[in-house]
Amino acid sequence: MTKPHEIDVYEPVEGELPKEKFDELEAFINSLESTDGALIEILHKAQNLFGYLPRDVQLFVARKLGIPGAEVFGVVSFYSYFTTEPRGKHTISVCMGTACFVRGSDKILEKLKEKLQVQVNEITEDGLFTLKDIRCVGACGLAPVIMIDDKVYGRVKEEELDGILDTYR
Amino acid sequence: MATRSNILVCGGTGCLASESDKVIKNLELIIKARGYENEARVIRTGCFGFCEKGPIVKIEPDNVFYVMVGPKDAKDIVDEHIIKGRTVDRLLYREPKANEIINRQEDMPFYKKQLRVALRNCGLINPEDILEYIAFGGYEALGKALTSMTRDQVVDEVKRSGLRGRGGGGFPTGIKWEVTKKQDDNEKFIICNADEGDPGAFMDRSILEGDPHSVIEAMAIGGYAIGASKGIIYIRAEYPLAISRLNTALNQAREQGLLGKNIFGSDFSFDINIKYGAGAFVCGEETALINSCTGKRGEPNYKPPYPAEKGYWGHPTCVNNVETFANIPQIITRGADWFASIGTEKSKGTKVFALAGKVKNVGLVEVPMGITFREIIFDIGGGIQGGRKFKAVQTGGPSGGVITEQYLDTPIDYDSLISIGSMMGSGGMIVMDETDNMVKIAKFYLEFTMDESCGRCTPCRIGTKRMYEILDKITSGKGTMADIDALKQLAYMVKGSSLCGLGQTAPNPVISTLKHFWEEYMAFIKDVDNPRGEGRHIAKNKIKFATEK
Repeated sequence: MTKPHEIDVYEPVEGELPKEKFDELEAFINSLESTDGALIEILHKAQNLFGYLPRDVQLFVARKLGIPGAEVFGVVSFYSYFTTEPRGKHTISVCMGTACFVRGSDKILEKLKEKLQVQVNEITEDGLFTLKDIRCVGACGLAPVIMIDDKVYGRVKEEELDGILDTYR
Repeated sequence: MATRSNILVCGGTGCLASESDKVIKNLELIIKARGYENEARVIRTGCFGFCEKGPIVKIEPDNVFYVMVGPKDAKDIVDEHIIKGRTVDRLLYREPKANEIINRQEDMPFYKKQLRVALRNCGLINPEDILEYIAFGGYEALGKALTSMTRDQVVDEVKRSGLRGRGGGGFPTGIKWEVTKKQDDNEKFIICNADEGDPGAFMDRSILEGDPHSVIEAMAIGGYAIGASKGIIYIRAEYPLAISRLNTALNQAREQGLLGKNIFGSDFSFDINIKYGAGAFVCGEETALINSCTGKRGEPNYKPPYPAEKGYWGHPTCVNNVETFANIPQIITRGADWFASIGTEKSKGTKVFALAGKVKNVGLVEVPMGITFREIIFDIGGGIQGGRKFKAVQTGGPSGGVITEQYLDTPIDYDSLISIGSMMGSGGMIVMDETDNMVKIAKFYLEFTMDESCGRCTPCRIGTKRMYEILDKITSGKGTMADIDALKQLAYMVKGSSLCGLGQTAPNPVISTLKHFWEEYMAFIKDVDNPRGEGRHIAKNKIKFATEK
């Protein structure tokens, strides 16, 4: 299997991404006992650091591991947890699990799209919110559920949305 | 230090969302302020299951069960109950039918018919303290297996218990262990599948949050039985609380020498790593899961070879689900005969269901196999919300079908569910009432499988997409009878020719709603007047062919 390459570590071109984060990512990769099978783990770390996985980060990982960039992109695009777009300051996740769906989460999602003027996986104009739909939070007793960052709001009603959003504005 | 009272507060995800952490904080503050630290202790437990009425607080040894406790109620619980010994009546559960107050957990209709094996410690012990697990008989099974049983005896015990995989397929666990054990290889692996992807099922999460040691202990037992010294828990990255408790538990087990070298003085060594998923439903399929563990795209492989022969990095690998593992320690300590005495002829033991949707008591319930839907939905679940009428219940999530009123008295087990057009799945049970439109439900599930199809095989990748498009056309009022025919034909084609379980079961929601709720499809179709067009005739023959194989 692949081993970390010593050669030409990729230098980010656009220069917008902070170098110290690349250094931290590099240190993390070097600290692994073996990089065999560790690609997903490394991408989790990278997304934690940068907030998302832009092309430069993917290529950096590819060069470090000595694998084609396409292989990294293949993994990034396969898993819904990984995102190649920057996120807003807060992430609003609307649970679209079945329990929430039958209790009207689709209407909550529509209302949020309307209020924030975005589609799913888009960022609001002021950069404050990203709207997402997720599968199941596991809080089915409180359906319908939305999550803002790590905070769960249960039994959400359409008319409560403004109040909830205002606490983040 | 032993205290006079233990205040158990639910720290599961559902109750935490209703501020149970604040309840805990307030209880601790008030107990301290009253100088009762030596008298009462607050314990954060795993999920009690009764999520509808959360946050739950239980006082031991008084055996009083409080529901919907808010942060402000902490004062009354301490001042009235702990100090003065008077129960706080307004926080007790009120049974809606008879309108009477019930203060003991076992008298509540929600718990009366339950039998807790896999969830035995959830809501009872502090999951972050290995000593509490040990005090309730934990690691006794591992000790018994390692010191007094041969590997064959362990496999045989699990085989005789009749335990079947709780993740969905229902494959006999003992046989899986036996096949993996038989392989001739120095390196074998045992993997715990904690990639709970069925939207609306959260039992694996609750077990890992409420009783992580039961899974760790079972994996060590399994490792001993099949000859694996390494275990992997593959868990969703979206479950931060479960991951943190699992890490705590693993570290404590290592400190106590229950993981590591020469466990219980035997020559058996075992340790467990955690691998994180990244959000892909198909990774619940074992070959896809193994691919994901090696850092690749989580696409399934052709079977055979089965993982038991050639799995993780090409070595024999046994993959079991969280709930399956949670049953193992009890089977070893209490014996296969005890376990086999619960349940039906071909499905032994209990099953955890996540009861959700339009039912009054949403929550996690564990019941013996063979119980009926009516008992779960109407006795345990308290019936339908808002006095509306029951319409259907969906089991097996996106892979299952809808079950209608005529089957409410069917005893639930793996085989009976398949015979009525659904499946056990991981145990999601979504109840729907008369206001739910079943065509839209089918469309909802198809949207899910279409999104989650990994794209490896054509029938699933394109078939689910086309089916979704047809359903979308129908629900927007533009469908014709020809669309229904095409939908049916596609459904059987995708079912019959997909590579893995995801595609093979994806059409189930469509097939079962077409069967039971034909009139709801017809209500969307424009040319109702011409229900027997030519297309229908052709489709009928094709379906016959597809089902005959």
